[in-house]
Amino acid sequence: MDYLNAFLCGGILCAIGQLLIDRTPLTPARILTGYVVCGVFLTALGIYEPIVRWGGAGATVPLLGFGYSLARGVEKAVREQGWLGVMTGGLSATAGGIAAAVVFAVLMALLFKPGDKR
Amino acid sequence: MSCMTGAQTRCLRNAPSVLSFAAVGGRFEGEGPLRDYFDELSEDHFFGEKTWEKGESAMQRRALFHALEKAALRERDLDLIFAGDLLNQCTGSSFALRGSRIPFYGVYGACSTMGESLSLAAIMVDGGYAERAAALTSSHFCTAERQYRMPVPYGSQRTPTAQWTATGSGCCILSREGEGPYLTHVTAGRIVDKGVTDANNMGAAMAPAAYDTLCALFRDTQTVPEDYDLIVTGDLGKLGHRIVADFFARDGISLGERFTDCGLLLYDIDAQDMHCGGSGCGCSASVFCGYLLRGMREGRWQRIIFAPTGALLSPTSTFQGESIPGICHALVLSSRKEG
Repeated sequence: MDYLNAFLCGGILCAIGQLLIDRTPLTPARILTGYVVCGVFLTALGIYEPIVRWGGAGATVPLLGFGYSLARGVEKAVREQGWLGVMTGGLSATAGGIAAAVVFAVLMALLFKPGDKR
Repeated sequence: MSCMTGAQTRCLRNAPSVLSFAAVGGRFEGEGPLRDYFDELSEDHFFGEKTWEKGESAMQRRALFHALEKAALRERDLDLIFAGDLLNQCTGSSFALRGSRIPFYGVYGACSTMGESLSLAAIMVDGGYAERAAALTSSHFCTAERQYRMPVPYGSQRTPTAQWTATGSGCCILSREGEGPYLTHVTAGRIVDKGVTDANNMGAAMAPAAYDTLCALFRDTQTVPEDYDLIVTGDLGKLGHRIVADFFARDGISLGERFTDCGLLLYDIDAQDMHCGGSGCGCSASVFCGYLLRGMREGRWQRIIFAPTGALLSPTSTFQGESIPGICHALVLSSRKEG
């Protein structure tokens, strides 16, 4: 059941993104950042938490989940360190993901030569 | 004695001749319906070089090489070359020709560059300022994606209205005397901006410019579409092509089957999943310097209009929310030497 929920949740989020690409003049980069910002707001409003409980990885892996982690990190840091946490919490909570992205990007750039579309 | 007929059209009294032409393309162009009209098709989009940008320059040199070779000419036989591409500061062309000794003018007209360079070369030859002049342009899918959108390895998705930048180059050498086809009229386009801001929908942005220039050509030369066997716009793609046909239909003019577009000709759009069709100055250049000129030499058409279109945007202007100015330059080619 968890797998099905994750599949449905992730699928719906991606389908919305696909509709935005196909039906609106929004560029992929704007949709990307828009998704992250939406994740932050939905978490702040307490809407995303229940979605994560239902959809699991289907909600945390897409870009909205990155916004969710940012918002959650801020929440936690504010609780522990006060208002300074507004600045430090987001990146602390997502540091693992960001560092992994940088490290793997460097690795891939070293290992492979860019190719064109086939 | 004025060589102008009407507001935008120059009548080429000496009707310079196409002396030689050549087209070079990449893998996708080789899978398209015009594959037999290319002088060279490369499976390797690096054209043996280390970067795509160097590859594009190499491709331009190949096109020039083939065009010279077909007419048994050498570089020093050219008095002038007008060349352009889509890269920042036109480096595709200037790097391609930095080893050559041909007097060089770099031009930029976005995807209309073949029309612009060919017009200028024709006027120079017609006016006696050059015995032989060449027009050379190129575009490369991978360099254009990096220039205008996202680097290819980023893997961004293309929208349904997006067009595919052709990896191709075309070179056309003009001469005062020759076997034809002959260039008889050149219509300089005006910049037309109807406020389209979607950089993924350049066909719609360029269509009003194509309509404006074609209307000017018909008005200035007092001709009608029926006087031409073929009217080929640059790279409007499916959507832009339909918009131009609609504009003329609104005026009660049917362009009919004779109206087509290089962006529609170059690929099998559905089978190759090209969305709205081909684009880039290599698209109109390679279609013109292959399919169109060879078709005229073989007698398939007697008189055609070649009207490449360009979207004069930059990545910065797109980021700043600017609309896209369009341009279209038109040329009339005839198999007979008419003044």
